Amino acid sequence: MLGEPVLKYLITRLVQLVAVVFVISVLAFLLVHLLPGDPSVTILGPFDTAAARAEVLRQLGLDKPLPLQYLTWLGNVLHGNLGESFLTKESVSHAIAQAFPIDLELVVLSQIIAFAVAIPLAMVAARRPNKAFDRLSSTFTFGLLSVPAFILAVLLVLVFAVSIHAFPATGWTNLTSNLGQNLRSAILPSIALGAGSVAVYFRLLRSDLISTLQEDYITMARAKGLPTRYILFRHALRPSSFSLLASAGINIGSLLTGAFVVEYLFQLPGIGYQIVESISSRDYLMVQGMALVVAVAFVVVNFAVDFLLVLLDPRIRRA
Amino acid sequence: MPDSQKRLGPLFWICLGFIGLVVFGAIFANVLPLPNPDAQNYAAVNAGPSLHHLLGTDDLGRDLLSRIVFGSRVSLVVGFGGIAIGLAIGGTLGLVAGYRSGALDTVLNAGSFVILAFPPLLAIIVIVAFWGRSLPKLTLIIGIASIPSMFRVIRATTMSYANRDFVVAARALGASNRRIIFRELLPNVAPAAISFALIGVAIIVVLEGSLAFLGLSVALPTPSWGNIIYEGASNNNLQTNPFIALWPALAMFLLLTSLNLVGDRLRSYFDVREGGL
Amino acid sequence: MRRADPLRFAPVEDMADPLLSVEDLRTHFRTPAGVLRAVDGVSFSLDRGKTLGIVGESGSGKTVLSRSVMGLLSQSSVDRSGRVLFAGHDLTAMGPRELRQVWGTQVSMIFQDPMTALNPVVRIGRQITESLRIRAGLDRAAARQTAVALLASVGIPSPERRLRSYPHELSGGMRQRVMIAIALSCGPKLVLADEPTTGLDVTIQAQILDLLSSEQRERSMAMVLVTHDLGVVAGRTDHIAVMYAGRIVESAPTAVVFRDTKMPYTEALIRSIPKLAAPSHTRLLAIEGRPPSLLDPPEGCAFAPRCPYADDRCHREAPPLREASPGHLYACWNPVGTPAAARAFEANRQAGLPAAVAYARSGVAP
Repeated sequence: MLGEPVLKYLITRLVQLVAVVFVISVLAFLLVHLLPGDPSVTILGPFDTAAARAEVLRQLGLDKPLPLQYLTWLGNVLHGNLGESFLTKESVSHAIAQAFPIDLELVVLSQIIAFAVAIPLAMVAARRPNKAFDRLSSTFTFGLLSVPAFILAVLLVLVFAVSIHAFPATGWTNLTSNLGQNLRSAILPSIALGAGSVAVYFRLLRSDLISTLQEDYITMARAKGLPTRYILFRHALRPSSFSLLASAGINIGSLLTGAFVVEYLFQLPGIGYQIVESISSRDYLMVQGMALVVAVAFVVVNFAVDFLLVLLDPRIRRA
Repeated sequence: MPDSQKRLGPLFWICLGFIGLVVFGAIFANVLPLPNPDAQNYAAVNAGPSLHHLLGTDDLGRDLLSRIVFGSRVSLVVGFGGIAIGLAIGGTLGLVAGYRSGALDTVLNAGSFVILAFPPLLAIIVIVAFWGRSLPKLTLIIGIASIPSMFRVIRATTMSYANRDFVVAARALGASNRRIIFRELLPNVAPAAISFALIGVAIIVVLEGSLAFLGLSVALPTPSWGNIIYEGASNNNLQTNPFIALWPALAMFLLLTSLNLVGDRLRSYFDVREGGL
Repeated sequence: MRRADPLRFAPVEDMADPLLSVEDLRTHFRTPAGVLRAVDGVSFSLDRGKTLGIVGESGSGKTVLSRSVMGLLSQSSVDRSGRVLFAGHDLTAMGPRELRQVWGTQVSMIFQDPMTALNPVVRIGRQITESLRIRAGLDRAAARQTAVALLASVGIPSPERRLRSYPHELSGGMRQRVMIAIALSCGPKLVLADEPTTGLDVTIQAQILDLLSSEQRERSMAMVLVTHDLGVVAGRTDHIAVMYAGRIVESAPTAVVFRDTKMPYTEALIRSIPKLAAPSHTRLLAIEGRPPSLLDPPEGCAFAPRCPYADDRCHREAPPLREASPGHLYACWNPVGTPAAARAFEANRQAGLPAAVAYARSGVAP
């Protein structure tokens, strides 16, 4: 199926990906190591002797030169060993495995909501640009752009949790333990997280659809006597959705970190929540490992979307 | 293109006016007839709006209007200060790189690409948490974090002008690079830079709010918009007095809408292409 | 004065109603700069199985005319008046739902540029089969078979494989063949072909035109061939209508147009056709100047500013369509070959009018 140019492109991008991931691992490492604060203080408390501190640092390998520490850490990471918490002795990879599905579920749900709202809205609006419906939905989404996730979260809690008790204000039920409860606990955070995406997707898709609908091939499709709805879905939507998908890719990456605030607000034990908790307890390896995972996920998602775009647009496939 | 798109429209001026109002309040907060934002008054806890307290009080009896006005200082200093740093460094580099497009450009471009691959919020959270969260540090960290995106935006805009006739003509007349950059390119890039900067300020104001919810904005009890909303949303305040959160949330919404709208209108007014983003 | 009689060019043996009859069609666009009169009172008719060539420079309104006849122009900001009778039904009175019943199965269209008129992200196969399935009600297998047969009949090698191609994977000529296959797929009675060969090499142009002619004969369809090139329609049409500034300025059976040219604009178009027989150093005569703005057309004859035979009256007063012989109409005060034209030409040449000077220099005096 895939031609040689696509393979070449894929390989170039893969090399770039590896390079970026390498730099990111350095950044994640330095981020934690160059900052003030002494882990031995965290572990032993502020009143222990200098000798005891040195011993702790030696045990943790923190007395070695930075490049060596990095290489050791990287070697372990490549073997799937992200180290363990200074405090709880829980392995970092275990903590991530516990927390990451929550982020994943939030991001996926929020994007399902965003697409489900933005796509139909944009399709109806683009059919008659500058008419009442288009103006109304454009104004609405422009306003939505100015509602930060945390404000929307507060409003949602106020209305749906405090006033009418429809959904829990905080807390999380795992997907595997009870699906209904899980969705109930995920719905408000997902809406808070996805609302900004609705605005962005709507605006992109609307303007792309408007210009697509003026293309000759749409006139041609009309001249074939095809129904309007069919033309919208089968002829206009796909060529209009490339910038939508590109922005969704970038967006999904930043949602991973955007979820931090929402998780904290709704007390959901996802990666964001864990990172902030680990930061406040100076749990270095935990912060480092989670930062690495989030950053790599961010890059990989962007890469995957990039490649998906190539598959979707047969024109790029050849270029 | 219809002519109506080339007008800024009354809404633009209303929004610009609101931004001006907030800036005015932040500068003259000490002079304005406002109660001390930190003064607690247990006789008037969770009071509704009155002549003394135009927007009512919070759960400690502090005047909400005063807290919002004083709190705007943090949001505005971080927002405008951070963008100023980003523009000064990232914008200048972007101008030079976009004009000269040689080895320097390649290196800077690749660098910004790699740095932007790292999730910015994560970096900011970690640095703020370990290094400190005083107002100057917060501003500096956020400002530095905004350099790569400012660089890319200004570079792309500069490149769209760098090969136009007037630049080529200036070069043919023997103008120095410095003169071309500052006299020919800067005036053309500036409108775009201003509109991107305003939208950048909006992003940073939201960022400050997010940090407040993670407990990482300026230390309490100093009011910032993020802090006030956060306080209003914690300790059962949503049940007892939702207005503690709602008033500053409304103020923030209006400021963000204004910034976005002014930036957006300026961009279409000066016909800036969005390809650079 | 503007009202023109519907043009008839039906052969005597076919006295049935014309298949297509356009009566005083006007299509005006409301733009910020004013009303643009793209089509301004056009009438013609076309019998079953016949071919009409509509010829004019770009900007003469011929593309708008073909879309307006079909009813394809979107409603807002377009004012359309007049009647378009197709097999006795008034297309201008139809709503979108009824029009959709006509499009594709009764009347279909071949677009100018197959690169933009074929959806770049939809495979050729689906672009052909979708109307077969939705409009003709064929099932998947039957639609596929028909599509293969259609592609084969328009001369596309290994049609089964081509069904899976995207438009950009075909050459320009192949794309235009695909477009023709799509236009023919539901067996229309009338095809409107809008500059079907403009973007193609000369040799491929001839192939595509021959293909259109043979398909037309086999399926006994009527066709309107819209083009800027009088050479394209010369041997392939029954009747020619020359358009200028939104109106028909001369209309006659094809042979008559070339034998008994009346309108100076038609003459200029004929002179601009390259002739293979002519000595190689013969210079082609391009028409001086540009067509007038359709926003603000001149008061008199629209061609007068570029016409070597124009006199004062031409600039003042628009000529009506007059009949030269049965089926031959023209709109001109000083038709080609008349003493009036010769007098005006001499005066214009002495006055140094560019059009007249260019004619004199290349030795084509009236």
